[in-house]
Parts: sequence; C-alpha cells; structure tokens
Amino acid sequence: MTALVPRAARRRAGQLASFAEALLTPHGVDRYLELLDPMLVRKEIRGVVTEVRRQAADTVTLTIRPSRAWRGFTAGQYVRVSVHIDGVRRTRCYSPACSQYRTDGLLELTIKADPHGLVSSYLYANAERGMVLELSQPDGAFTMPANRPHGVLLISGGSGITPVISMLRTLVDEGHGGPITFLHYANTADDVLYRDELAELAATHPGLRVAFGYTHEHTGGDLHGFFGTEHLHAVAPWYRDAETYLCGPTPLMDAVRTVFDTAGLSEQLHTEEFAPPPLQLDTGNATGQVRFTHSGAETANSGRPLLEQAEEAGLRPEHGCRMGICFSCTKVKATGCVRDARSGELSTEENEEIQLCISVPVGDVEINC
Amino acid sequence: MTGLQDRLTPEQVEEFGREMDEIRQRLVADLGKEDVDYIQNLIKTQRALEVTGRGLLFAGFFPPAWMAGVAALSVAKILDNMEIGHNVMHGQYDWTRIPALSSQKFEWDNVAPAQNWRHSHNYIHHTYTNILDKDRDIGYGILRIDPAQKWHPYYLGNPAYASVLAFIFQWGVMLHDLEFDRIAKGERTWADTKEVGANMLRKAARQVGKDYVLFPLLTGPLAPLTLLGNATANMSRNLWAFAIIFCGHFPADVESFTEEETENETRGQWYLRQILGSANITGGKLFHIMSGNLSHQIEHHLFPDIPARRYPQIAEEIRASCAKYGLPYHAGPLHKQLFSVAKKLVKLALPWNGEPSDPKPTTLERDKDLAAA
Repeated sequence: MTALVPRAARRRAGQLASFAEALLTPHGVDRYLELLDPMLVRKEIRGVVTEVRRQAADTVTLTIRPSRAWRGFTAGQYVRVSVHIDGVRRTRCYSPACSQYRTDGLLELTIKADPHGLVSSYLYANAERGMVLELSQPDGAFTMPANRPHGVLLISGGSGITPVISMLRTLVDEGHGGPITFLHYANTADDVLYRDELAELAATHPGLRVAFGYTHEHTGGDLHGFFGTEHLHAVAPWYRDAETYLCGPTPLMDAVRTVFDTAGLSEQLHTEEFAPPPLQLDTGNATGQVRFTHSGAETANSGRPLLEQAEEAGLRPEHGCRMGICFSCTKVKATGCVRDARSGELSTEENEEIQLCISVPVGDVEINC
Repeated sequence: MTGLQDRLTPEQVEEFGREMDEIRQRLVADLGKEDVDYIQNLIKTQRALEVTGRGLLFAGFFPPAWMAGVAALSVAKILDNMEIGHNVMHGQYDWTRIPALSSQKFEWDNVAPAQNWRHSHNYIHHTYTNILDKDRDIGYGILRIDPAQKWHPYYLGNPAYASVLAFIFQWGVMLHDLEFDRIAKGERTWADTKEVGANMLRKAARQVGKDYVLFPLLTGPLAPLTLLGNATANMSRNLWAFAIIFCGHFPADVESFTEEETENETRGQWYLRQILGSANITGGKLFHIMSGNLSHQIEHHLFPDIPARRYPQIAEEIRASCAKYGLPYHAGPLHKQLFSVAKKLVKLALPWNGEPSDPKPTTLERDKDLAAA
C-alpha cells in the first residue's frame, strides 16, 4: 500500500512529523493527539474494539481496529494488550486468531476469562464497542516457516486455539496444497470455540480435516478422552511427514510432547506456552547480595526471581506478564550471574539484558534498576 | 544549635517513625483510579493551556492576546514542571505502570534533563536533606544560606547571586548537576561531567529550539514578539519555582544538620530530620496545585513517592503528630517565608555566623553525656 504513495510525499510527511515532534518536545506529538482521540497516536499502537462476541460461556471475542503504527503480524505470534484497571496499567499477551492476510486490517482476539485472571476477567466483563486498548507490535517465534511445510498438523486445546486457528486461516487464504489436520480439544461440545468458522473452512478447503476431541464426553465428537497416539493415527496418519504446531493447557502439551519425543519427532513439533512452565526455584541454597544500582537498594539474595526481590526491596520496576514472555521487565545486569528459572540457563556476561521476572541471582549481582 | 539527637528519646523517635510508617502504609493501600484521574486531568489542563498560549501568540500583535498567551503559557510551564513533572519524576505514579507517568521516562518542559535532575534531587537532596556538605541543595553550591557554611568574601554578592538565580532558575537547576563548585575545589574533574554535560546540551538545544527558534519563526513577522512571549513565560516559571523552592528549606527557623549527627540514622531519625528541615507554605487549593504541592514540603519530604495530591489530606495528622512529640511544624504564608529567606540571604552575605534563634530542646532532655560520648 505504501508503494502507491509517491516517495516525495512520504518524505514530506516524515519531515512534517519530525517538525511537529520538535515543536512539541519534550512530551512528543502522541501525548497531545491522544487527548483529542486516543486512536490518533502516531508512534504508539492503540486498538479500538469494533465488535464484541461471546461465543462460549467464559469467552469473549474482540474485533479490533489497530491504529496507524500497527505493522501487521505473522500467524502464531502474540500481541501485548494493556488495559487500565483501577488506575494500574495491566499487560497480557494474546495471540490474534484471524488470518495474517485479513483484508480489512482488523485484528481478532479471543480471550477466555480465567476466574483468577485480572485482565481476562476484566475484558470479559467490560469489553464493548468503542473501548480503546493499548497494543504492542507482534512478537513471538511460534510461526510457520515462509517456505510452508507440505503437511501441517495443528493441535490445540481450549483457548490455545487462537494462534493455531490463525495459522489455519492463513494457510487457507494461501490456498495451501498439502494436507492439513486441525485437531482441537475441548471439555465438551459446548466449549468448542470457532465451531461454525471451522466447519465453513473445512467445507471450502478440500485438504483440510477438522477434528474435535472431547475430553469429558464419550459421544458426539470425532475423538473422546485425552490425547494419545491413537488420536494421531485416526485423524493425521501422515503426522511423521508433517510439521506440527501445538498450543494448549499443560497436560495436553506434555502428552503431545511425550508422543513426539518417543517417536523421535521432537524437531517437527513447535509449541507455544500460554501457561508458563513452573519456575525452578531453590530458596534454601541462595547466596550473595543483590544490588539495584540506580536506586541504591540492596538485599540478600532470597533465591526468588529478581522482580520479586526488587519489589520486596521497595522498588517498582515496570513489568507485565511476570512469566517471562512479555519482556516488559527487561533490565541490564551490570555484573554477576543469573539463572533463567524456566530453563536453568545461566547468564554470566556483564551488561547483559535479563528479564527480572524469571531470573534468579546466582551469588552477587548488580542490576541497573 | 540543638543536636538532632537531643529532641526526643530514641524510643520516642522510633515511635514517631512508626506513626509515619503507618500513615504511609494507609496511603499506599488507598492509591487507585482517583489518583490517576487527578493527574491525567491535570495533564489535560496543562496541555490545553500550552496549546492555547502558543496559539494566542500567533495573534501577538494584539496586546491583550499576547498577554493572555504569555499568561497561559506561563501557567502551563509551571504546572508541567511542578505538579506534573516534579511529582511524576519522583516516581509518585510509577505504581500505575503507565509509561507516560513513569519516573524513568518522563521529561519536563525545562532545560534541566530529567535524568540528571532525578539523581541530584531524588537521591542526593531527598536522602541527605539539609545535611551540610552532603545536600547540595543547601545554597546550591553558590549561595550562603546557612550560618554553618564558612564565610568567604565571594559571599558578599549573596543577595545579587540569588536575584540573578531567580530569573534564570531553570538554567541554574540544569548547571547545578555539573557540580561546578566541586570541580573548583578539585573534588570532581571535568571528565566526570561528560555524560551529564552531554545530556544538558541535548536537552537545552531542544528547549531553546522550540521556544526561541521554531515557534517564533512559525509566527513570521511576529517572531520577536513570540520570542519575547516565550522568554517571559519561561521567566515567570523561573521566578515562581525559585520562590516556592527557596521557601521549602531556607526560612529562618528551618534547621540543618551535620554529617556526624546523622551517621547511622534509623528510619525514625530520618523522618525526624525531614520534619525539622522542611517548611510548608500556607495557602488555598489553587496555590497548592500551582506549587506542585511543594507548599506541603514537610509531607513531601516524609513521603516523596506518594502522589502529591495526598499531602493536604494528611497534613493535619502530621501536624498533630508533631505537636504530640513537641516537634516544630514550620509553616507560613508565602510573603512571610520569602521575606525570611531574603533576610537570611542578606545577613549571611556578611561574615556573621551567629546561631539563628536556637530552638530549645522541646521535649525530654536526653542524657547529655550519652550524646557527647
């Protein structure tokens, strides 16, 4: 689209924008435009809700028109969505469920209200047309290679459907030639999200097979009970020659991983965690001092993630998901060693960027915070 | 001068500290949407005044429009620097996690770069409040404002320096971070100033660029009038900020401390020092907002990271606590406090180093031998 705008005009627009920034320094143009209309912002990304649909009892689907800085996403990626709840800006990650080629430029997010989830419950209860959300550019490496695999197996459970249905819709838009199986697990038939859309896709795309597995019912689905090899043989017997994309609750993820590992296919399995893997913390053997250089705060290493230690020391570092996916709490570690509590990976180099929420000090560390 | 330790028994100091901590806890627990709405509305008002002021200067050939424009822009700059900038940069709204209200990201409409200022103000001044040779805000390294500062013939110009500083206050605040006085004394080298210096040049260039080049040029033939208008607005803000800030710590009855008496301070003692070293300015609601609630300097020094709109809410309670422990709670109207500061500046231009009206220990006499030990 930008190619249609003459280069000279674009350059002029760019000059005008930097002139406006120079006039409105130090706050910048967005801080003034947003007061007229939050969607006018140029650098930050906002999204206005254009449609709200509640397709299952605890789920809300939002159609969102992003503001001008939005650059589009790749199927499988997520965006950080921020809302203000009782004065505090809360950020969570959600994967768009639409095709990356959606022509109207709109974005579709499906959010399952977790009774303990502040943001999901808030959105479920309060989302309405005209609501403005703060968005980030898309992020995440759970994507298909540009050179598409021939056979594609998409496995999801519950609200983990969103990144994989985005992949499916994208493949359908591309007129994908190879076989696709979309295997989705839900507790019961009533809990299936996107049932009509999936049926429609299956009807129009010959290579696509959509299969529903009901974990808590014995009839009515294509499959029943929890995932196992027999399910694979039933709906995608060619899975050994395919690339598999998986997103869902931890038990499903574990079950699929075990099957693929045993079959020696772990290279062909690609996953996205919604629920964070449990952090491995060893608070009994923690040693060393943690020093936060900017604030001067210092505390004895408790063995808990640095974000918690910083908060206990009275600091309030910016953060989002608290589980290592949103990178809002990234800070520079000046000296010392920290361990990634998810993977056990060590960061030993000086001046390395680390995520406070999943990093645990190993001995003395200095954090620029 | 009465030592800091002579005021109360150690138990009383800690008891007092606990009372302050309780007030703090209560405030923190109560923070919410109201606080955010307040500051967002204030920002809206400030931006509207700024745009109106700049807009009116396009009609600056018409004297009432010029005057109204300058007035609007002056108020906008005052609000930006004081109730918004100073307070946001203190981290008072960091709990909201809103990037535009983040102490680490906010920049104010002032030539002093936020990053430099946060260090000298939030850390040095607020931690070492009124400790001689530690708190660089005592006289800002150029004035003699405390009798304990050693006299030097240079200080004969004390009142003149202060008057000049009042008019160019934003530049004074900016240059303060070069710590020129410490370079002169050899405690600091020019090389140490490289980063803060670069920040200053960058920030000052942008500020000068908009106020004295771009906006004047935009108004075409009115450029000189616009430049004059912007300069007047900057100057009004300078004078106002100078007045408010000098009344916060420099009126006659406010105390200063030595490094020795504040060594190994407990939290209670720190609170105590904040009370003794600060002075409030009395006035109406609008006055408090225009002063960035620095008119509640005492409450601000007790809880520098609590949203300033909360200070008036707790002022009575703090005052009552002070009365209970026999502590002074310095407060007076602006004109009185200003006069007191001016008198002090003139007096201290001369070698006089007599004690100001020495406050007597107002509560239990502490064991003097213990204090002397």
